[in-house]
Amino acid sequence: MQSIKEIQEEIIDEFAMFEDWEERYQYMIDLGKDLPLIDDQFKIDDNIIKGCQSKVWVHAELNDDKIAFTADSDAIITKGIIAILIRTFSNQHPKAILEADTDFIDAIGLKEHLSPTRANGLVSMIKQLKMYAIAYQTQLD
Amino acid sequence: MLNLKKIRADFPILSRKVNGKPLVYFDNAATSQTPQQVIDVIVDYYSNYNANIHRGVHTLSQEATDKYEAARQTIQAHFNAKHAYEIILTAGTTESINLVASGFASILQKGDEIIVSALEHHSNIVPWQMLCEKTGAILKVIPMNLEGELEMDSYTQLLSNKTKLVFVNHISNALGTINPIETIIEQAHNVGAAVLIDGAQACPHIKPDVQALDVDFYVTSAHKICGPTGVGMLYGKQEWLEKLPPYQGGGEMIDQVSFEKTTYAGLPHKFEAGTPNISGGIAFGAALDYMNAIGFDNISEYENELLKYGTKELLKIEDLKIYGTSKNKTSVISFNIKGIHPYDIGTLLDKMGIAVRTGHHCAQPIMTFYNIPGTVRASFAFYNTKEEIDVLVNGVKKAKMMLS
Repeated sequence: MQSIKEIQEEIIDEFAMFEDWEERYQYMIDLGKDLPLIDDQFKIDDNIIKGCQSKVWVHAELNDDKIAFTADSDAIITKGIIAILIRTFSNQHPKAILEADTDFIDAIGLKEHLSPTRANGLVSMIKQLKMYAIAYQTQLD
Repeated sequence: MLNLKKIRADFPILSRKVNGKPLVYFDNAATSQTPQQVIDVIVDYYSNYNANIHRGVHTLSQEATDKYEAARQTIQAHFNAKHAYEIILTAGTTESINLVASGFASILQKGDEIIVSALEHHSNIVPWQMLCEKTGAILKVIPMNLEGELEMDSYTQLLSNKTKLVFVNHISNALGTINPIETIIEQAHNVGAAVLIDGAQACPHIKPDVQALDVDFYVTSAHKICGPTGVGMLYGKQEWLEKLPPYQGGGEMIDQVSFEKTTYAGLPHKFEAGTPNISGGIAFGAALDYMNAIGFDNISEYENELLKYGTKELLKIEDLKIYGTSKNKTSVISFNIKGIHPYDIGTLLDKMGIAVRTGHHCAQPIMTFYNIPGTVRASFAFYNTKEEIDVLVNGVKKAKMMLS
């Protein structure tokens, strides 16, 4: 199994191939479109993270000591970033999720989307992923 | 005819680049850009006569006071208020509204009614809701139609002798609709109600005459009219301003203070507690001078041209829908493309150097009415050009292609 750090480095390498913002964003849009849909039963108000601009839904489950995340958004670029975050954090041990950072987003030129003032729900989404990790870690302890 | 080349040269920010592209600034309804003439006034204040006003005997204080009061007179003349003391300088539209709402807390009785419109910005909804909670007054809403216009028949029916206040924006920030405020004011007065008009979106485009309108309160912000942020105005008829209690206590607003009793200063100082935004107030006056030199007739005629051109060109894009289609509207185009979230379009446009606003524009009830999460809003000012609209239209086409 790849570690979070390894996945993040892989993503940085992928993005390094793009020559301009258009290629980068087109890739994110495609990632957003390909993001596996969240099960409708989990796309409920309890799982919603409200941003001023776009909404994000997150659901988490513990399988074999690892957390599986699914998520969705009503905006496709937000969804693309969710796809990247899920690829990094899903199917990882809670402890690894708690220890991980999101600095790689900066390295792939998408820092502005994780600004707390951007109000797209992504900063709160990362907080939520970590909250799930804390909760499941407590269960495992 | 406007001399666009000369006008654009007045605004240093218009020559900067964003994300490597020349800036196309179409977020004017949120804030306008500032011409060098106004920037110079702020620099001049801090460089040459920065001092606290109204109480110093020294030269700097006298000069600052003179300029500040001269700005008040410029504002008075611009809005055609009867007296300079009917112009209260505030931190902006929101503070002006809160000042009036807070004053009415001591006037309204339980069961009194106040009316707002469905086209309001949050800052012209929330203060009144808070007022209703405090006083037991009831909030009624004038509904809107699909074009984004107020249903005036419903308004007439809402009015009664219980109505004490009516609050409507002159022009809607989210849709650009120009409301028929003359009729709204006249009908409210017929039942003895006072009217507050929120002119934040109107003042960049037209020159309101508060005496001709016979409006009781008119509020606006300087930063929408080429002035700085953090300063605005409340116009109130003298009899209303005398009736309302002071908003905040502090220096400037008093006449005599002892621990037994304080008597308040006269207008306008009664409502201007503490040291005001002095350079902001002076620059507010300079901004009005700047716009009046260009002329509001010229401005609105040209902006109308931009609106027509932008509407025509944007509508050529398949699946693009414009919200707010009243014949009476200013240069604001709020739109969506079917199946695409406004946030995505705004994000890609920003990459192309185009500044638009996306989201609910602090007018959630309007978005709920249309059942949409928000819109993309392009708002044009007199310093924008048709060429810039072409850049926007091509940008939207490109964003649509990338997102579809």
